[in-house]
Amino acid sequence: MNYIGIDIGSTCAKTTVLDEHEQVLFQDVCPTGWSSVDTAENIRKQLVQAGFDPQENVVVATGYGRVAIPYSDKTVTEITCHCAGAVYLFGHQTMGVIDIGGQDTKIIEVAGGMVKNFMMNDKCSAGTGRFLEVMANTLSVSPDQLTVLAAGGSDTSISSLCTVFAESEVISLIGRGEKKENIAFAVVDSIVRKVASQASRMDLAGKPVCLTGGLCDSEYIRKALSKELKTDIETSEQARYAGSIGAALFAKKKGKKS
Amino acid sequence: MSDYLQMWKDLGMDVETHDALCQVLPTAFGDTFLSMENRPEGMGFYDFVVSEIHGIRPSEMIAAQKEGKKVVGTFCVYVPDEVINAAGALFSGLCGGSQFWVPGGEKYLPKNTCPLVKASIGARFDRTCPFFRIVDMIVGETTCDAKKKAYEILGEDVPMYIMDMPQMKRDIDIQKWADEIKMFAAKMEELTGNTITLEGLNDAIHVINEKRKALARLFDARKNADNIPISGLDALLVMQIAFFDDPVRCAEMANKLADELEQRNKDGVSVFPAGTKRILLTGTPLAIPNWKLHHIIETSGAAVVCEEMCTGTRYFENLVDEDNASLEDAYMALSKRYMKNNCACFTPNGGRIDDILRMAKEYNVDGVIDTNLKFCCLYDTERRSVEQAMNEAGIPFLGIETDYTDSDAEQLRTRIEAFVEMLG
Repeated sequence: MNYIGIDIGSTCAKTTVLDEHEQVLFQDVCPTGWSSVDTAENIRKQLVQAGFDPQENVVVATGYGRVAIPYSDKTVTEITCHCAGAVYLFGHQTMGVIDIGGQDTKIIEVAGGMVKNFMMNDKCSAGTGRFLEVMANTLSVSPDQLTVLAAGGSDTSISSLCTVFAESEVISLIGRGEKKENIAFAVVDSIVRKVASQASRMDLAGKPVCLTGGLCDSEYIRKALSKELKTDIETSEQARYAGSIGAALFAKKKGKKS
Repeated sequence: MSDYLQMWKDLGMDVETHDALCQVLPTAFGDTFLSMENRPEGMGFYDFVVSEIHGIRPSEMIAAQKEGKKVVGTFCVYVPDEVINAAGALFSGLCGGSQFWVPGGEKYLPKNTCPLVKASIGARFDRTCPFFRIVDMIVGETTCDAKKKAYEILGEDVPMYIMDMPQMKRDIDIQKWADEIKMFAAKMEELTGNTITLEGLNDAIHVINEKRKALARLFDARKNADNIPISGLDALLVMQIAFFDDPVRCAEMANKLADELEQRNKDGVSVFPAGTKRILLTGTPLAIPNWKLHHIIETSGAAVVCEEMCTGTRYFENLVDEDNASLEDAYMALSKRYMKNNCACFTPNGGRIDDILRMAKEYNVDGVIDTNLKFCCLYDTERRSVEQAMNEAGIPFLGIETDYTDSDAEQLRTRIEAFVEMLG
């Protein structure tokens, strides 16, 4: 028996399969697209092909599309899963976890390996991956390219937190002939400041802070966020899978099909 | 709903727009309430009241008006129903709890006003709520800024009387509230043409105390650590209806329901599976038909076992001294009881923290969810001290800000489910 965790986020769907020893056997990320139901079916086919038929293995679903997976044995929220995934990846029992997702950002306080407190942005997409995506689109670059560009920029800022208004600000910066690097810098700076202000409301002092979610690949974001939070933020190549790893761990805890 | 069309027309209501509300309400109620299993039989009365919400009680009020009685609308649990009752008038809570009325209110109020205030203004000016049309006078009070200014606007369309609420709880404030109650009594005498006698006021105090005791009994049954005899949703509905029902009937029905709940506790009849997490919900009022948060919580693996709210404990906790020797004594007795209520419009408001800590214990809760309506800066700001106190007491805590729309329902569900998972 193997354990499957599926994290259907607003932008990407992540899958992780763990064995009895919690070793990763399979991992995949694909765009969620417009239909969580179709995505769930595609993931199922992929799993069958890889030899991990959901019918024969325990499946836990998480993420905002968690209810759209008809073959899951259980659903667990992404907050609890990211906590479990971060404990698995980083090995800290006490820490802060920052997950910058597609449409929301979560700050989780972990104590004794469990969620002690958490906070989610609830007002809008400011400080999320979606914000980065929209701005990258306006600049005709990919989100990854945007963060690379940002490293070479400086001294520009965007004041609007609303994605729509911020986009018009970016457009006027473009109109003014501002360097692309500087605009990219302003975009990342806006996200980092927003996430840091959220994190400042949680009790993270003196604890290790780990970054999970889709933006963990960007070294520039990790550095910028570390500077703003005055701590060296940890991340890992697998951090974008944290939610699905956590879900797979809950599948193992569950132990059998329902 | 039965045919109340002529009555609504006679009230000058916009019946076409009102129809739209009448069409959605039964579905909303059915989806939320009638889908629950094993509800107490005593809820039948409340289901009936909701099914006829804009007909049955309004028609009783109109019948009373035809007999020469007055109907007074109120917006706050600090306004003493006893005085209205003693003057031979009927009272009705008016707070609007539906998004349906919010756009109407936004024609008159800034967008960043709390939805309760916006909905209330919208319900009156759009002429889509019979209660708002029936009232002969509305009693406002100087609690929050949004209400204070909204009352000025409401005053353009309906006779208003404003009570000046103290914002602190010193002895002079309690004396001041007693003076305000006395002035309000004079106003009620003027409105009704009746004289408020000592006997009449003592009787009214007794009637409202009996109503409080009945509601308290119902809440006592929710304290049972091993059994949840009634859902939070049903208990909330009882409270919401208590605001406009006849006080004697309210007590009778609540007592009947409490009998049933006490029996359920003896027999171990629960509406939730064993191990369901018990939640104390604190914060701003949930006016009818605002059932959103309760519904999300109770379909996320938890149960609401107490509401520290105006539509909850603030409405019935503490009794007024009965058998007062003079009217002055009675006004003071009323002031003392009402000033024990702990609303965030007071400063300092440590009493509310004490209440929450006490209720967390009494109702054997696993966690506290504090909620405030969007743009309620008083409760929003006070959240910090509530959270600190919960942290110190080791009680898991979640803060939620929301309004009447369903747009954030899924985000709320994720946070509430995660909170319930956190409770273990």
